[in-house]
Amino acid sequence: MSEMMQEKYAPGTHPDWEPPATEVGVIGWMRENLFSNWRNSALTLLGVYLVYLIFVPLIDWAIVNADWAGDTRDACTSGGACWVFVKVRFNQFMYGFYPAEEYWRVNATAVLFALMILWLTVPRIPLKRVAGVLTLFVFPIAAYFLLGGGVFGLSEVETTRWGGLTLTLILAVVGIVAAFPLGIILALGRRSEMPIVRALSVAYIELWRGVPLITVLFMSSVMLPLFLPEGVNFDKLLRALIGIILFQASYIAEVVRGGLQAIPKGQYEAADALGLSYGKKMVLIILPQALKLVIPGIVNTFNELFKDTTLVLIIGLLDLLAIIKAALEDSNWLGYSIEGYVFAGAVFWIFCFGMSRYSRALERKLHTGHKR
Amino acid sequence: MMRKIFAAGTLLAVSAMPAAHAGATLDAVKAKGFVQCGVSTGLPGFSAANDKGQWAGLDVDVCRAVAAAVFGDASKVKFTPLTAKERFTALQSGEIDMLSRNTTWTLTRDTNLGLNFAGVNYYDGQGFMVHKSLGVKSAKELDGAAICIQAGTTTELNLADYFRSNGMKYQAITYDTSDESVKGFEAGRCDVLTSDQSQLYALRIKLKNPGSAVVLPEVISKEPLGPVVRNGDEDWLKVVRWSLFAMINAEEMGVTSKNVDEMRKTTKDPGKQRLLGLSGIKGQGLKLSDDWSYNIIKQVGNYSEAFEHNVGMGSPLKIARGLNALWSKGGIQYAPPIR
Repeated sequence: MSEMMQEKYAPGTHPDWEPPATEVGVIGWMRENLFSNWRNSALTLLGVYLVYLIFVPLIDWAIVNADWAGDTRDACTSGGACWVFVKVRFNQFMYGFYPAEEYWRVNATAVLFALMILWLTVPRIPLKRVAGVLTLFVFPIAAYFLLGGGVFGLSEVETTRWGGLTLTLILAVVGIVAAFPLGIILALGRRSEMPIVRALSVAYIELWRGVPLITVLFMSSVMLPLFLPEGVNFDKLLRALIGIILFQASYIAEVVRGGLQAIPKGQYEAADALGLSYGKKMVLIILPQALKLVIPGIVNTFNELFKDTTLVLIIGLLDLLAIIKAALEDSNWLGYSIEGYVFAGAVFWIFCFGMSRYSRALERKLHTGHKR
Repeated sequence: MMRKIFAAGTLLAVSAMPAAHAGATLDAVKAKGFVQCGVSTGLPGFSAANDKGQWAGLDVDVCRAVAAAVFGDASKVKFTPLTAKERFTALQSGEIDMLSRNTTWTLTRDTNLGLNFAGVNYYDGQGFMVHKSLGVKSAKELDGAAICIQAGTTTELNLADYFRSNGMKYQAITYDTSDESVKGFEAGRCDVLTSDQSQLYALRIKLKNPGSAVVLPEVISKEPLGPVVRNGDEDWLKVVRWSLFAMINAEEMGVTSKNVDEMRKTTKDPGKQRLLGLSGIKGQGLKLSDDWSYNIIKQVGNYSEAFEHNVGMGSPLKIARGLNALWSKGGIQYAPPIR
């Protein structure tokens, strides 16, 4: 050992020496990636300058100079963002016009939903099948009665009073949960060998994909009531929901069809060779593989739906964005539109980002070497 | 295109409407125990949700007055926020009992839609807002001005008519939303901002320095805004109409929510006695209780109180009474007598 220690090396070539500080770590990385030549260095400096130009005033506006305290517009004196507006209206943005003493019902529904999702998504918790049935069939009914009331001593809260983020989430979740199975059925129908089923599916998909969502909502709210006899009304929210579900199903159908077409023919033939019925073949062999392939597409569609729910503002349903817009028309709070829209953007970003992170985790979990 | 479809649908609805028996709506409202009232999703001073989530505004007060007249309780109203496009359908289909949503009374709407206008609760009209620094005192001095307008409204049409008939030129700068037009006005893209006057006051508050702009006195279009009900129930129409008239009559006689209790006990004036349901026809003609008008004044206030509180000097908008002053005070608000 001692002999090895004494071995002679030329200066700077000892194998146990650390590499020079300029080649590794933060500095090394920067030299490598940001300042490798003069053009790169110039671009880096320009980039830093642009970031400085944008972020310094932004932080100044949003944090340093912002007003947080107080509860009227008189409290906003410093010239920065007036978060007082968002603070005062926060409950309204979250719950709409839901009566304040009943907020716990919305919270309870949300907690219940979060628990169901956890049960479904965390691998360690057993009884997934029970969870699936509960989420799909029991939870919606429970949520409906919990939110709507009118039974078990819960006071009735009409859907016209639902609003804000609550309404956005209801529209998105119901739209997603109901459109997904419908979309799968349509996708299978479109690839069916039975001509009538196939024709109907194609007609349905092409019809609903061919019209903009805004038209669907508009029809549901303005035209549909005219065709019903006077006095027969069904809930505006329900009409909008049905419109969204029917519309969204056609998009899901096409995404799923993409997945079905990507499955090699051998898989179909192998399933047939095993003597599986059509249902078993699809449920056990084809769909698990096909759906796994199109996770990015499905999440993409849901992400879009989540943001598209804001379109309900044209039919007077006050979702998160619409209720912020309505609050901006209160003569006591005129002129704080930037704060309102920034807040809406932040909330939407959080939810959409959460969805895409979940989709990536799901892809990783279900990865079975099919990716190239 | 949209308008054509809408008109077609509307016609269809009107023709498909079954003949309801007189008093159907009033009976239905009494039976269910509240008035379902359609309001705007948000219009400063007219209908907007306040911090507590309650609807407030001049249009909202009409709904509350009707509830006070029918039930003796102004809080028995449920509000349906409606966009401009769906408002008439909601009324025609029976989703709401009355519409109080800054709706202009025009011949077309009065005749084609199967609806009845019950009165006018605000006389609006298109006006101009200019930068104070321009020193313009009248719209007649606006020749050659750059004017900010919102796209796709009748505002554009009225503007073109007005400038042509006065032999003046202008340059239109069109924006999509009111927020954008305010920003354009503020940034100096245009000298003038045009919209309905009630809107101009709201837009002015959105300026960084509201004092730097003035609203010119000229009004270039007639926009009488009022509550609307469905055809086929005259009883209901009259309840809505006279609820509004009671508020205007109360202002004329100086009866307010503050002094109405005392007036009711002590007044010897026959006009006030009739207004407060102490003598005369009382509530009988409207099929309401005798204290219907008292309840309106007590709980909602007279027209002046509602106006000042929502859009006038008691509100951030600070709209002058102008046309909406009583006929006896230089305006045109006039209500037939309660007699």
